[in-house]
Amino acid sequence: MLKRETWQAWALILPAVILLVAFTHWPAITTVLDSLYTTPKGSRPPRFVGLDNYAALWDDPVFWTALRNNAVYAFATIPASVVLALLMALAVNTALPGRPLVRMAYFTPTMLPMIAVANIWLFFFTPDYGLFDRILAVFGGGRHNWLGDAATALPSMIAVAVWKEAGFFMIFYLAALQAMPPDLQEASNLEGASRWYFFRRVTLPLLMPTTLFVLVNAVINAFRLVDHVVVMTHGGPNNATTLLLYYIYEMGFRFWDTAMAATLTVVLLALLGTLAWLQFGVLGKRVHYR
Amino acid sequence: MMHRRTLLAASAASLAAPSILRAQTVKKLSFYYPIAVGGPIPAIIDGYCKDFQAETGIEVTPVYAGNYGETLTKAVTAIKGGNGPQMAVLLAAEMHSLQDMDILVSLDEIGLDAAGKAWMAGFYPAFLANSRAEGKVWSVPFQRSTAVMYYNKAAFAEAGLDPEAFPKTWAQLQAAATKLTKRDASGRVTRWGIKMAGDTGNAQWTFGALANQVQHVLMNEAGTETYFNHPKAIEALSFWRGLASEAKAAPEGVSNWPQLSPDFLEGNAAIIQHTTGNLTNVKANAKFPFGVAGLPGKDGPRTVVGGGNLYFFKSASPAERAAALQFARFVSQPARAADWSIKTGYIATRPEAYETKALKDYVAGFPAADVARGFLPVAVGELSTFENQRVYTALTNNVQACLNGTKTPAAAMADTQAEADRILKPYKKA
Repeated sequence: MLKRETWQAWALILPAVILLVAFTHWPAITTVLDSLYTTPKGSRPPRFVGLDNYAALWDDPVFWTALRNNAVYAFATIPASVVLALLMALAVNTALPGRPLVRMAYFTPTMLPMIAVANIWLFFFTPDYGLFDRILAVFGGGRHNWLGDAATALPSMIAVAVWKEAGFFMIFYLAALQAMPPDLQEASNLEGASRWYFFRRVTLPLLMPTTLFVLVNAVINAFRLVDHVVVMTHGGPNNATTLLLYYIYEMGFRFWDTAMAATLTVVLLALLGTLAWLQFGVLGKRVHYR
Repeated sequence: MMHRRTLLAASAASLAAPSILRAQTVKKLSFYYPIAVGGPIPAIIDGYCKDFQAETGIEVTPVYAGNYGETLTKAVTAIKGGNGPQMAVLLAAEMHSLQDMDILVSLDEIGLDAAGKAWMAGFYPAFLANSRAEGKVWSVPFQRSTAVMYYNKAAFAEAGLDPEAFPKTWAQLQAAATKLTKRDASGRVTRWGIKMAGDTGNAQWTFGALANQVQHVLMNEAGTETYFNHPKAIEALSFWRGLASEAKAAPEGVSNWPQLSPDFLEGNAAIIQHTTGNLTNVKANAKFPFGVAGLPGKDGPRTVVGGGNLYFFKSASPAERAAALQFARFVSQPARAADWSIKTGYIATRPEAYETKALKDYVAGFPAADVARGFLPVAVGELSTFENQRVYTALTNNVQACLNGTKTPAAAMADTQAEADRILKPYKKA
């Protein structure tokens, strides 16, 4: 017989378990199963093909392009948005006139939906008479086909993502900074520590739990945030801005190749799982929790 | 949005209850439609639906679902989810793909009586080019267009060109575009000679027109073969690329379709290739005299039809299908087709609409509205194959690589063909 407490414990976590299984684990398992079959088409039912879909994916040049693009996108957006967020948090943590206004300004991009952001930036990127080209023209700059040129399209996407994300991460850093006991600052002042030394040896280590949290989020977002690609470039020109998730969407909902979309999803799941494991396993050990 | 009643109707249909029982109960239909041009399209569509309800008592809920690609995605997703519309306006060129998904019901199956057959025969033949397969009719022409050139007459005069004589050949077009390109003292372009859309969803249309301009056909009628790797197709792409690389009359890289109208209206581009469906929008917003002309060709004008047809879906009950067909006939009545043409610029799909007084008067006062119709005889159907979106994507990627200067036209076409062959392999009959 199970103890009464055990029953109660199970009853208490049951709602969460049901939701998790229904919306996370079950879809994940069916996705893995779907990736082993062909796509049903009209009258043709799905057929078991083993790992053929994975082999096809291996031979798909667009998949590798998407993977490479996503790597570039992640390596650029993650450090840039995290560092920018920290700098902004430090800036608005000090006493300065109009501080609430500055904080709000930094946070505004986070509150806007990505679709709206993308449409605003579409105007910024318009060749010839868009905002950026107008500003550059003042300094004698030429015309830039920001989104239509394969060389600048992905950097443009990265800029939008950093602009959108930094404000969100700033909030976490700001909260952490506010929670920091002021006596540490007073003690280091007494000891005559420089501001840089204090930041490096006290502030930064104390911000590590926040940094880990922010990093995990930034990594997820680097694979999750593709709304602006849909609005601004559709993955073009010539797949220059195709990211993994966008490619999954295209496979699943434009080409209706659900088996291939499932295969891609499994790859993305494995990739994200590995990254999360690395972050918590490796980085997590170096983080000091109070 | 979908309503619960639609859902109930759909599940009822799947239970295969006798159609007689439901014949009386068709009170509501929903249909998805895309918007590819500017202007107050939703208000016009809403108006037609209200009129239809007043006449028949059937409430039609129109759902604006984005551009053509997005509407296709939403309609198919909804249908696969068992909660789809009974009809939708989708690209005419999607016929083969939609049929392959086994979600369409043909007009023959819904039931066309003699009057219905006569009605079908009343459409312009060019607009039915993408409607027939396997001896059946699968869609009804609705918002149909051809590609036309919009040009800035003031810019033509300024460049020393005759504003009343738009180029008729490629050589003339390239020469005119070069003259129209204006640079300031620093060499910065302040006005481009010509812009054509090369973005996803539009590149294949621009290219389809160019291919017809060298009189090259890109696919077989069954939609199972493509002919990209052909000297004429390469020539067509070379001409497009050359407008930027040789003539320097078009910007490098890809120009986006949604950007073309603002560019033209801002005076940033002297010529744009766009749809006739944009005419009313340009007319309302251009601050300079503008002209509409048919597309030139290598030797003479040639163009491609485009736009959307009304499709009917299998998931609807027989009674709903019949009601949907009734709606299609309702919106294609001469007076309404004429009204649609006047309010949007799309070509009325039936000759008899041009016999109505409203359209006659409108055309007399605004001759540009009748330019596109004159080019129907030299128009071909759109590129249309099985796995249409995949073939489009293969073509679009390669066209974009070429426009970006990373692939030669020959390499781009060879790669497109190889990709298309791979995609269409399962559909080739042995």
